[in-house]
Amino acid sequence: MSLVRTRTGARTGAGRSAGSLAWHLGALAVLAVILYPVVWVIGGSFKPNDEIVGSLSLFPAEPVTDNYRRLADGIADIPITTFFGNSLFLAVGSVIGVVLSSSLAAYAFAKVRFAGRGLLFTAMIGTLLLPYHVLLIPQYVLFQKLELINTYTPLLIGKYLATDAFFVFLMLQFMRGLPKELDEAARLDGCGHLRTYWSIVLPLCRPALITSAIFTFINAWNDFMGPLIYLNEPEKYTVSLGLKMFVDQDGVANYGGMIAMSLVALLPVVAFFLAFQRYLIDGMATSGLKG
Amino acid sequence: MDAAVTSVPNAGSNPAPHPAPATPAEPATAPMDAGSGGGRPRPTPGGAGRKGRRGRQGGAGPRGRARRENLAGYLFMSPWIAGFLLLTAGPMVASLYFAFTDYNLFDAPRWIGFDNFTEMFGDPRWRTSVEVTSWYVVIGTPLKLAAALGVALLLNQSRRGQGFYRAAFYAPSLVGASVSVAIVWRALFSDGAAVDRGQQFLGMEAGGWIGDPDRIIYSLVALTVWQFGAPMVIFLAGLKQVPRELYEAAEVDGAGPWRRFWSITLPMISPVLFFNVLLETIHSFQIFGSAYIIGSQGNACGPADGTLVYTCYLYIQGFENSRMGLASAMAWMLLLAVALVTAFLFWSQRRWVHYEEGAR
Repeated sequence: MSLVRTRTGARTGAGRSAGSLAWHLGALAVLAVILYPVVWVIGGSFKPNDEIVGSLSLFPAEPVTDNYRRLADGIADIPITTFFGNSLFLAVGSVIGVVLSSSLAAYAFAKVRFAGRGLLFTAMIGTLLLPYHVLLIPQYVLFQKLELINTYTPLLIGKYLATDAFFVFLMLQFMRGLPKELDEAARLDGCGHLRTYWSIVLPLCRPALITSAIFTFINAWNDFMGPLIYLNEPEKYTVSLGLKMFVDQDGVANYGGMIAMSLVALLPVVAFFLAFQRYLIDGMATSGLKG
Repeated sequence: MDAAVTSVPNAGSNPAPHPAPATPAEPATAPMDAGSGGGRPRPTPGGAGRKGRRGRQGGAGPRGRARRENLAGYLFMSPWIAGFLLLTAGPMVASLYFAFTDYNLFDAPRWIGFDNFTEMFGDPRWRTSVEVTSWYVVIGTPLKLAAALGVALLLNQSRRGQGFYRAAFYAPSLVGASVSVAIVWRALFSDGAAVDRGQQFLGMEAGGWIGDPDRIIYSLVALTVWQFGAPMVIFLAGLKQVPRELYEAAEVDGAGPWRRFWSITLPMISPVLFFNVLLETIHSFQIFGSAYIIGSQGNACGPADGTLVYTCYLYIQGFENSRMGLASAMAWMLLLAVALVTAFLFWSQRRWVHYEEGAR
């Protein structure tokens, strides 16, 4: 809160309130641009189908719930809940994998002095910048040879093997910030690394774990390319692929159902954001400063 | 002890508990290994090494401890190591090999030398995809970063509602890559929809952007700019680190707002700027889902290849045409391009990135 003494500090009271007005106007203008698509989609989902694209008013004169009721029919005879169940399974499975495997690797980098640590760390940082698409084809070939296409294994296994270096890095930075005395004290008390990891470091890292968990959930929920490539049976489709089916099936003819489902698909992400926005924003900010 | 711990995580209004940018190479300089000067540790003389499992201060000695540390380290690292070998390093080697073969997934790969690359460079669609992607990167990334920095400067003044705005502006970054938002974007930019009406209001009878191969890419650019929140949060964290005294001193010396921005703010946040440029550029090269959905009309990635970004064409060649060899070659070209851009940015940072002395 030391920021109260800002550049405007020297100015007069009148100048300050004019500056304050300008500031709020500016911020509100940005907010309007940010929120326009959101408000539009909420309003649009209650409009009759033929009004959605063309009508200028954000909200319908007479709200209808047809679009949502149409969702109950499902897409191509598959109930919408199937897609949501599949996405939820993948997202939760990913979260468990990332939190466990990334924290193990981060602990080793932060707290264990093993030979070759520097080399492995360099490799880990290298994967941080590696474009995923280089691995796309060979990974697909690998999973095809293992007959794992059209299963969830290819989408989950990487999460259990700490392949997302971003989260290892995030947790590592956090663990480095923990006071050394803690694990030294634990060692003197006879704790091995496993005990120290599980009973001391992990509980203290809760903020970093929560940040990683939410980012993982959202990424898995939003993922499009992975399911697109690996899943080919509509019963196994995620919400993203369900939406794509909608697009393929109805094109521009039926924006109503599409938009209603888009909105429902965003709800979990929005809920997580509202509940944990501080963790997300702080995690983002920290990653930037330490990069 | 507790105070020290809690000050790190719940930093609240101060999102950046760690003082200064550190280089990624840090741990390489950290002491790597206590006491294993090379080779495998031998049992300590006197036979104490064997029972070192319990007696930590006592008989174990440095060698036994080093061995235990190695064992623990590699046990903890084993998921990562397995993932690295199986899902990263191995596939990269395989991909490099596939790039020089004709491979359709079912017949054995056949070595064809540089044919994939020759075909790729001669393919007008490939060149289109390079063009579309470059256009997207070159226009989208600077606009997004400019928006991020501009809004960060605005939000850096502490006023009421600052936290709310920061959160609200960040939100699009979380949903922007989803299929849902791509569908909304398609609707907003189609004929007769909001953006088209806006143009008509300004006297332009141009139609929506979605049906126009030349302009559909700008709806993608608009989508990436809409997600300026993530780099903005990083800029904000950087701006909070700039010492107030610098501004106060400059103001006393009569420096105006522009001068203060160019001479203080920009140099002071240049490490953060560098990080954002690097990250956003690399990400832009890899756009896929939004381009696929926004352009999806019968075929993926755009009317007349309007949103045929590089990864989209890679997907088409690999998974629709089963040309795994050609797609691998394309992937390596992408890697090469990203590596060149990264190398260029790292090379150029010596000229414009200012690291404060003493801050490490």
